[in-house]
Amino acid sequence: MKMTAADVEHIARLARLELTPGEKELFAGQMDAILGYVEKLKGVNTEGIVPTSHAVPMENAFREDVVRPSIGLEKALANAPDRAGTFFAVPNVIE
Amino acid sequence: MNIFDMTIHKLHAALKGKQISSVEATSAMLARIESVEPLVGSFITVTPEQALEAARAADRRIARGECHLLTGIPLAIKDIFLTEGVRTTCGSRILDNFIPPYSATSWEKLRLHGAVLLGKLNQDEFAMGSSNESSAYGITRNPWDTTCIPGGSSGGSAAAVAASEAVATLGTDTGGSIRQPASHCGCVGLKPTYGRVSRYGVIAYASSLDQVGPLTRDVADCAIMLEALAGYDPKDSTSVDTAVPDYSAPLTRGVKGLKIGLPKEYFIDGLDPDVQRAMEGAIETYRRLGAEFVDISLPHTDYAVATYYLIATAEASSNLARYDGVRFGHRAEADGLLGMYTKSRSEGFGTEVKRRIMLGTYALSSGYYDAYYVKAQKVRTLIMNDFITAFASVDVMLTPVAPTPAFKIGEKINDPLQMYLSDIFTIPVNLAGTCAMSLPAGFSASGLPIGLQLIGKPFGEETILRAGYAFEQATEWHTRKASI
Repeated sequence: MKMTAADVEHIARLARLELTPGEKELFAGQMDAILGYVEKLKGVNTEGIVPTSHAVPMENAFREDVVRPSIGLEKALANAPDRAGTFFAVPNVIE
Repeated sequence: MNIFDMTIHKLHAALKGKQISSVEATSAMLARIESVEPLVGSFITVTPEQALEAARAADRRIARGECHLLTGIPLAIKDIFLTEGVRTTCGSRILDNFIPPYSATSWEKLRLHGAVLLGKLNQDEFAMGSSNESSAYGITRNPWDTTCIPGGSSGGSAAAVAASEAVATLGTDTGGSIRQPASHCGCVGLKPTYGRVSRYGVIAYASSLDQVGPLTRDVADCAIMLEALAGYDPKDSTSVDTAVPDYSAPLTRGVKGLKIGLPKEYFIDGLDPDVQRAMEGAIETYRRLGAEFVDISLPHTDYAVATYYLIATAEASSNLARYDGVRFGHRAEADGLLGMYTKSRSEGFGTEVKRRIMLGTYALSSGYYDAYYVKAQKVRTLIMNDFITAFASVDVMLTPVAPTPAFKIGEKINDPLQMYLSDIFTIPVNLAGTCAMSLPAGFSASGLPIGLQLIGKPFGEETILRAGYAFEQATEWHTRKASI
């Protein structure tokens, strides 16, 4: 399958990336090559095989729901690019 | 012997015997860093003041008679580990100004033993790469030949050990990122079993594959580091609650009768002749030591790289969604929230990271999810089953770490697929979730180190450490130093 510039743009939009025309062209070709390579998986018979999502089989890890100290507001906000009082400030969402 | 060339166990003996102080050792390391950094580029951030302060505290502990194996030992860690109060970039511009509010459990454990942090090491951006060329903070050079890559993504961690800029270091391994640079730089590197070491506070790349491990000058040091790092952490629910054995005491038990498997898919035509020769030499050494060899097969090996690059990129695209300019990291000026997300990410991420986010987003997108992502997860099951079957008849496996010695800087940077294929022998271990170690096993004709990989059963670190130690005692490869 051939990756078009429109495909690349669509994926970039899903990934919240804005690519330059040069990047679009580069990625279209490289993704073609990589996706061509991974096509080989189609040749593996996986009928009845259960997918693995984790290396160590485990069920949900439950713990008691108890209140514990956390890092606190000031530390949590220390890296904020912009803040308003005790909130992270962002550009307007609604006009 | 130079202080900066010492192992953990040698320096520990000197600290405990009061022949040397941690301040002296730390000062020697800092001077060494200053003199070789311009040639190597192992570090993103060096922290001399904090290091000396920690060294003074360690000396006070030692004076009180509290001298753990790591007390006062100057270490450095990959810049993927959160360090409270010390800038942590993960090799990315998007985290250029990020000062973590807490520390990774793995570093915290070493710090509580009194280890001294010299600084944060260079790496491929977000641990995505096999050459350290994708770092936003400049390349790292191989101390054995500065025209070659050190390997990646823990390239700084391996180069720092090889160039004697730290006694030992921490790295992370998602598809070979500890073992491949260890092999290329001639040091020992261990990827523990998934769940053996906490991932809390380690910046996530591919969460079902990422694992923390040490890079050291010898196997004894590797055992010391693993013992300090291993164990269940309530802050990482994927860490496994199984007892941590004494990794050091059994090292000397030898390999007589040990069954070593040689997976035929790893000894392919076209393997670099220097690597081939090193493997033959290693097999001969183990035979002499009384180990038995068994021919085995891991039939789905050929599918591992394709499987990995679907699963790892899918997980990465999800994990890296958090870099949106809202709470930390780079924020671009833009109109509206969506524009701010998009512009911050596009300015902050480098090319390799964008490429992998794109691949992963594609593999998870509507209409392709089953064909790519779920298919890869099913093939992962078959790869894991290969290991389970083979380990029924052997104790460990012996393979090369990488198909060639370190390649030239720039050689593969424009061909991502060729770069990905350099991890062909290390990736299956991450998919299977088991443990493996790289240790020095020879040199190429041009003087570049070649590593040997020992793969163990899940939670079988004790056995590969013992096998590695026996090899090290019988050879002198690990004693050679880069002449930088």
